[in-house]
Amino acid sequence: MKYQIAILAENKPGVLTHVSGLISRRAFNIETINAGYTEDADVTRINIVVDANDETELNKVIHQMAKLIDVIKIVNISELASINRELVMVKVKVTSSAIRADIVNIASIFRAHIVDVGHENVVIELTGEQDKLAALIDMLNCYEILEIARTGPIALSRGIIPVKNM
Amino acid sequence: MRLNGAGIVIESLKNEGVEFVFGYPGGAVLTLYDEIYKTNFPHILTKHEQGAVHAADGYARATGKVGVCIATSGPGATNLITGIATANIDSIPLICITGQVATPLIGRDSFQEADVCGITAPITKHNYLVRHIKDLPRVLKEAFFIARTGRPGPVVVDIAKDVFAAETEYKYPAEICLRGYTGKYIGDEKKIDRAVDMLRTAERPIIFIGGGVITSETSQLVREMVQKMNIPMTSTLMGLGAADADSAGYLGMAGMHGSYAANMAIMKCDLLLGIGVRFDDRVTGVISEFAPKAKIIHFDIDYAEINKNIAVNLSVVGDLRWSLPLFQEKLCPYNDIIKENIQKWYENVVKIHTARPFKYKNDKNNILAQDAIKKLSDIVTHNTAIVTDVGQHQMWAAQFFKVYGPRNFITSGGLGTMGFGLPAAIGVKLGRPDKNVILLSGDGSIMMNCQELATLADYNINIKIIVIHNHVLGMVTQWQRMFYGERYSQSLLNSKADIVKIAQAMGIKGFRIKVKEELINGLQQLLHEQGPVLLDIIVPAEEDVFPMVPGGKRLDQMVMGEDGL
Repeated sequence: MKYQIAILAENKPGVLTHVSGLISRRAFNIETINAGYTEDADVTRINIVVDANDETELNKVIHQMAKLIDVIKIVNISELASINRELVMVKVKVTSSAIRADIVNIASIFRAHIVDVGHENVVIELTGEQDKLAALIDMLNCYEILEIARTGPIALSRGIIPVKNM
Repeated sequence: MRLNGAGIVIESLKNEGVEFVFGYPGGAVLTLYDEIYKTNFPHILTKHEQGAVHAADGYARATGKVGVCIATSGPGATNLITGIATANIDSIPLICITGQVATPLIGRDSFQEADVCGITAPITKHNYLVRHIKDLPRVLKEAFFIARTGRPGPVVVDIAKDVFAAETEYKYPAEICLRGYTGKYIGDEKKIDRAVDMLRTAERPIIFIGGGVITSETSQLVREMVQKMNIPMTSTLMGLGAADADSAGYLGMAGMHGSYAANMAIMKCDLLLGIGVRFDDRVTGVISEFAPKAKIIHFDIDYAEINKNIAVNLSVVGDLRWSLPLFQEKLCPYNDIIKENIQKWYENVVKIHTARPFKYKNDKNNILAQDAIKKLSDIVTHNTAIVTDVGQHQMWAAQFFKVYGPRNFITSGGLGTMGFGLPAAIGVKLGRPDKNVILLSGDGSIMMNCQELATLADYNINIKIIVIHNHVLGMVTQWQRMFYGERYSQSLLNSKADIVKIAQAMGIKGFRIKVKEELINGLQQLLHEQGPVLLDIIVPAEEDVFPMVPGGKRLDQMVMGEDGL
């Protein structure tokens, strides 16, 4: 089972290493990890998707992470009503104007954006839930994908209460 | 007051009430050692950084205060690693101050550079790299606070060389602001009510205590509970001393080499009260069959320990200094009822314990380690702290040395660090000069940090050392004998080194006994000599520690040895 975890941590060097090191040391797999600034300049939000057998196993690693001094708050977003998004950019090789037209068409169906066009390639950007991203990549696989970069999912809970007050 | 970084470290140590530090100088900490020189700050120079960290650890275990050690960058810091891991797994409060190369040199593979924060992250409660002088007072304040509060543990403060020399206006912070850590652990009182209910209806309860009881100084509360209600009690290796060895209802240590009565009681009980324990694999036997008939209540300060190894029916998370007094108070009206409910069980368990104590065979000529430890235990006062190394002698000490009072049994429990004993004993004696300190070691363990014999001599630290000398790595050979077809791979020492001469060469007295008639006189002589002394006791090689629960077996499947010992 995959779980989306949100961690609020002190914005200090080494925090990400502490968190990721602890997860792998306790024999959990990190599927994705990303971190960024928040509404509070001193606080980093680390978004992690971990693969755990069940909630008991997951809770073990959450309690271990909660012990890290620099971790302020840790919440299992998967338990909550939430919005989950990931951004992907796909660079596709374009060898003819017919292919270019096809790709523009696919992008528009997915409400994706063409963010770069060259003589021999286009770059498509799409934000959405992971199954939507997977569907787009599946379609583009009919052409020659040159490279893919993705952010890994981030999530916010619905309602007025932020993670820091949970 | 305007101070440089080195001055700030020393002033902060004084502010935290640090009596002395253990350490070893080197390039990156030269400025700090210059300050130690100028201020004449009490410093114990060990012969190896590993000695310094174990000594600081022993000091912390004996006193409950924070132990402090200092090492230089690179190899100095990496020599601390075993000691930091030893302290971490046993929840011992330590501050390790390490020098780091100067900030412009960090990350360039400079001379004596090692990524100390990276290396120590998994084995510390927290760590810091200090690159700016302005951060230093706050970091030191936080480090002591974190090491000492909550579930204690080691904190590494890695300070760049130029920070020691940089100057700033010094004011030790009065307050601490850590958003992710309060150091306070007050839990849910309703859980204590439920624990009371469960104990009220139990017919066969047992109290199972661990190192957390020692750390939180709640031994007295636990003792009172046992006395008032006659609840049988057993302990982990780390909990030894919380109960007096021969107090009524106390069954001694449980687990792999635990007592027959303790292990059988765990298997038969219908309620197990785990207090300050972490259900380590050395104490549970096969985990799925631990206390199979019991509901389990777990009192602990650390949420991460709940359901980590053993699934429990009720957890009371919080500082034992909060939970145990409440528990005791809420139990008061039911003390007599509980005592009555469980009387038959109590009598039965005590009867088994009396009938099947720890035993060893009779040997006419040789000195047996178990006999030596028992005789030693008989002639020392209660005000004795015994320090052990790791191996067979450690288990025999747990079985046969009668410990009275917390912080009187000092051992590397979780990590099982050979070489811990001698330097730890130094810290114990310096921290508690009022106690008689005896180090029990083996001919394997003592050699792992034997350089510290010279520290004993240099500072005239009054420790009595007994080396249980069986010419083999006893615990290794025991396993090889039982599980590896007596193939004694690399475990037969038969060393040409003469440990008595080593002691003498290092500057302390040493003597040897070999036959049974010499034992009592030898022990008496050891205790009555002035200053540090080493007694080398030659014992037979082929002795096993019994009972023994083999790996993957239940606690009631313990092997008792020949003659049902």
